[in-house]
Formats: sequence, C-alpha cells, structure tokens
Amino acid sequence: MKNGKRLKTRKISELLELYPFLTNFFEDNLIDIEGKADLTINELLNTIDEDELEDKALDVEKLLSSISEYIDQMIEFLGEDDSNGVEKLTILPGRDKSGETEKFDPIEISKSEIISIVGPTGSGKSRLLADIEWTAQEDTPTLRKILINDKLPDKKWRFSSSNKLVAQLSQNMNFVMDLTVREFLELHAKSRMVEEEESVIEKIIYEANKLAGEKFDPDTPVTSLSGGQSRALMIADTAILSSSPIVLIDEIENAGIDRKKALRLLVGEEKIVLMATHDPLLALMGNKRIVINNGGIKKLIITSDQEKDILSGLEKMDSIVQKMRKKLRYGESLSLEDLMKENENA
Amino acid sequence: MNLVTFSGPPSSGKTSVILKTIKALKDRGLKIGVVKFDALSTDDDILYEKAGVPVRKGLSGALCPDHYFVSNIEEVVEWGKGEGLDLLITESAGLCNRCSPYIKDIKAICVLDNLSGINTPKKIGPMLKMADIAIITKGDIVSQAEREVFASRVNMVNPGAVVMHVNGLNGQGAFELSTLLYEKEEKIESLKGKKLRFSMPAALCSYCLGETRIGESYQMGNVRKIDMKGKDQK
Ligand SMILES: Nc1nc2c(ncn2[C@@H]2O[C@H](COP(=O)(O)OP(=O)(O)OP(=O)(O)O)[C@@H](O)[C@H]2O)c(=O)[nH]1
Ligand SMILES: Nc1ncnc2c1ncn2[C@@H]1O[C@H](COP(=O)(O)OP(=O)(O)OP(=O)(O)O)[C@@H](O)[C@H]1O
Ligand SMILES: [Mg+2]
Ligand SMILES: [Mg+2]
Ligand SMILES: [Zn+2]
Repeated sequence: MKNGKRLKTRKISELLELYPFLTNFFEDNLIDIEGKADLTINELLNTIDEDELEDKALDVEKLLSSISEYIDQMIEFLGEDDSNGVEKLTILPGRDKSGETEKFDPIEISKSEIISIVGPTGSGKSRLLADIEWTAQEDTPTLRKILINDKLPDKKWRFSSSNKLVAQLSQNMNFVMDLTVREFLELHAKSRMVEEEESVIEKIIYEANKLAGEKFDPDTPVTSLSGGQSRALMIADTAILSSSPIVLIDEIENAGIDRKKALRLLVGEEKIVLMATHDPLLALMGNKRIVINNGGIKKLIITSDQEKDILSGLEKMDSIVQKMRKKLRYGESLSLEDLMKENENA
Repeated sequence: MNLVTFSGPPSSGKTSVILKTIKALKDRGLKIGVVKFDALSTDDDILYEKAGVPVRKGLSGALCPDHYFVSNIEEVVEWGKGEGLDLLITESAGLCNRCSPYIKDIKAICVLDNLSGINTPKKIGPMLKMADIAIITKGDIVSQAEREVFASRVNMVNPGAVVMHVNGLNGQGAFELSTLLYEKEEKIESLKGKKLRFSMPAALCSYCLGETRIGESYQMGNVRKIDMKGKDQK
C-alpha cells in the first residue's frame, strides 16, 4: 500500500485525474461520487451514513485498503510493456508417473515459437501445460521446474489476475455475452486499459475477417456469428488483446478457419504457442514437438526438413478432401477424373 | 485441524471445485471432511459421501443460511476434531447477498462462475469483497476475452484477493488451489472469541415475529420503508 498516506488527503477530482480507472472502481464498489469531486477520499467515505453502509454492505477500512491496493496494481500493470517481458521459457526435468527421472536436456522455448505436444490419452499433456501455467517449482506431481528468462519466476504469474501467464483457446465456439462484435471488443479493451482503443479494435476485426471464410460486420451480435467466425474472432482477440504471453491450444479443428494463418497471427504478435494435438497437420506446424508418455517427457523432436515437406504433402491432400467435401455439400457427384485432376493441380 | 470456508452463489461450482481439490489433497495423505450449509434442501452430501468424504449437512429453513452458519460453527468444528480431520471445509450456498460466513483469520474462498454475467461481482457484496481467494469456474464455456473481462471485474471489487481459474469438470487448476488450503502449523482448537469479517444485520421486524396484519400501525422494530419517489421529486 504505497499510496496509503497520500491517498486519504487527496481530492476525488485529483485522484480521478491521476487515476482515471478509479471511475469504474467507484462504480463497481457502489460508491456514488457525483457532486463530490471536491471532497477528499476520507470525507467522501464519511458522507456515507450508517444506513447506507449497512445497505450496500460497505466497510470503510476495507474500501480504503482496496483503493490503495488497486491503484498500486494498476500502476504496475500500466507500466509494463505489451509482451509482459517473457522472452524465454525453460522446462527442467522432473519425474514420470513411475517416479523415474525424466531424461531430457532443459527445453528452451522462445517468443514466437510454436511447440506441439503429442502423446496418448492420459499421458500427461494437460499436466505439462498446467505445470507451465503454474510456473511449477518442484511443487507439482511431476516435480518439474519452470524458469522464465532463465530466472525463478515472479510470484505474480501465479496470483495476480492481470498477469496470467497463459491464455487458452478453448474448444467451445460460442460467446455467452449479449453484445455486438464492436461492443464486445470495446469491453475487453477497456478492461485491459489499452490506449488507441479504436485502432486496436479495427485491427482485430480486420484480422478475424482474414481468418474466417465469410466476413462479418462489427455490428453483428457475437452470439449470431457462425462457428468459424466466432473462432476467428476469439483467435484474433487473443493474439492482439490478451495480456498473456503464452497461448495454449487444445486442438483447433477445421471449423471454417485457416489454421495456418491463425498460428501465424499468434506468433506474429510475439506469443509463445503451445498446442496439444493428435492431428498430424497441426503437430507438424510446430517447429518442435514434445513427446509425452506415462506422465514424462520422453523426447523433444525438432521438425525436420523432410517432415516439413511431408506437411506440404499433407496440406495438399487436406485441400483435396476439403474440395470434395464442398462438392458433396452442394449436391454434386464425384468422379475419379476429378480426383486425378485435383491431384495434378495440387 | 485447518478450517476453510467456501461460499458462492447457487450452482456456481462450489461442490465440483471442492471435490477436485480434495482429490489432490488426499494424494498428500490428508484427511478431509465437509459440512454443507443450505436453506431448504441439498443433495451435495450424497456427492461427498460417494467420493468417500465424511460429511454433515445443515438446513437453515426460514433463517438466513449465514446466520445459521454462525450459530452452529462451534459444533461443526467439534465434529471435525472428533473425526480426526486434517482439514475441515464448510460449503455455504450464498443465498443472502448481504451476509457472508467468513470469520477473521479463517481462510475464506468465494466461488463464482463465468456464466453469471459481468455485473455479478459488484452485486454479491461481502461474500466476494471479504474473501481471501476468488475462484472462477466454467471457463471452458466462454472465450478468453470473456474470462479476462470477468476476472478484471472480480479484481476491481476485491483487489486484495488471489484470483484463480478452476474448472469443476476436468479439475484444471484444482491441484494449484489445493496447495493454498492446508498449512501444517495451523491448528484450530476452537472458534470461541473469533469475529466475523463482516457484521450480519439482524433482520428483526414484526413480520419475523409472526405478525400477519398489513398496515403501519402493526409494524415495529427494524422497519425500513420503500422509497416510491422518482428521481425528480427528491
Ligand atoms: N462446464 C462446466 N460446468 C461446471 C464447472 N464447474 C461446475 N460445473 C457444473 O455446474 C453445475 C453446478 O455445480 P455444483 O458444483 O453442484 O455447484 P454448487 O455451487 O456446489 O451448487 P449448490 O451447492 O447447489 O449451490 C454442475 O452441473 C456442475 O457439473 C466447470 O468448470 N465447467
Ligand atoms: N509425472 C507425473 N506424475 C504423477 N502424476 C502425473 C504425472 N503426469 C501426469 N500425471 C497425472 O496423470 C493424469 C492424466 O494426465 P493428463 O490429464 O495430463 O493427461 P492428458 O495427456 O492430458 O490426457 P488427454 O489426452 O485425455 O487429455 C492426471 O491426473 C495427472 O495429474
Ligand atoms: Mg488433457
Ligand atoms: Mg454444492
Ligand atoms: Zn443474511
């Protein structure tokens, strides 16, 4: 509570000028500041009578400490640069489910890298992702240790709500908020307190439209977007507006978005991308892949040039499958000739 | 024995989160029991029993569940000690937005869910404001943006709290939460003399005492009248 003393004697008007974010704070804490700009914070809290304190369940002591704490957090938060300063993430070995020490050299992952994680069901992929999110310090069942920028991670990665290390693209493809695309992005931008809100929102809509098959209008309610459009908006929003330097992906299926472009957008915004997947197309899009079995990391494989060639082969096959799907959807019949032709073109 | 109080709006995921967390604590060889407080009915005790967790339940009926909680917490602690628990967890349905079952120096956890809407944090009062840890559930059903916005609203109402995301279905985050719940050195013998974090208003009016007749002349005690004046008439 570095601001404690100064805080109590400052006028509300001064505070709001210094810390504009307090407007929302007062509102969400049910404190009416209308016409009270000339009071100090102490005087303001004193104008609230017993009945009102009881009605709104306010506690003056708690409020004072909350305001001070909130100001400290926001100052620190606003002072940080976009990337939140994670240049490098290191995973140090722990042990697998049988208690055997994992035999791998420290795995170093840098900004803008894509890492895929492969392994059978129940092998420990989610546990590895959780170890990273919690910046494990030999205090999880795997006894792994995570370093950030070669150092022991700051506690904020575990406990601060505005400094979550990891953003997650979930499987679900629907929004629950009842807002238009623009209102939705404004709300997110406000909560992140970005400057140049307008241009950030324009950029997200532009990038999302590049990912989605059919374009959408900013005035569409988010709940009426198609699955592909929702997914595209979620990815563009996470890439550009999320505060977290690492993005987790649990299988992006082929729901009408260009997955390669999606990954390119994420790493273009300097995210580290971690992807648990069974899909060879996705697995090979990573520059490295971590192989997990029986709770332990068994191998780190660097995607070879040959595998990259195989990836483009797979992409061709995939595009043929997509074309066939489209034809069937529009009521056409397929012929062997078609297949041969597509094969040659691809 | 350690004591932790969980509270949160109905169906926010309290039982699911507690069960997943207990699983992680049991792996450390700890013995955990739960007491569930609710108003009219609950089947939570069956869920705990199924998971092999010693459980008791208390139904407050017409009383505020949190008032009922304070009147009974001593007995609950006695029960936990008798069972030889390492950790006693209370789960309270947050039905009264004015009260909260939190006690000074006893860890207090509020469970909220992402689906409840971004205005929920400011509406639920001391149950969130006075908590040490705020758990947000059902992140699997919403987008990253919605999670971030909701968490920022929670933080605004209680900036001092640790905010964690826990999934009640797949248990994501439950291990991490479990590390914050038990401290070996902490020993609760009795709660006598401990204080509530936030006072509970005595909701005593004539009608609480059985009055059925309508009209001002029958009203005594703690009566508050509704303000029917419009903004312009003030
Ligand atoms: N999708 C999803 N569902 C969840 C999650 N957590 C809980 N649920 C579901 O939400 C419903 C309510 O969960 P409970 O754990 O019973 O909630 P509670 O807060 O204990 O409810 P009461 O004790 O009745 O107030 C159940 O159907 C759970 O399966 C979650 O993280 N994701
Ligand atoms: N090294 C380990 N030591 C002890 N337990 C482990 C270890 N690794 C994983 N586990 C545990 O094994 C279980 C299964 O792991 P996890 O859920 O991470 O598998 P998964 O690969 O994500 O499976 P799925 O493909 O089904 O999502 C979890 O309970 C996890 O905590
Ligand atoms: Mg998994
Ligand atoms: Mg319950
Ligand atoms: Zn009450």
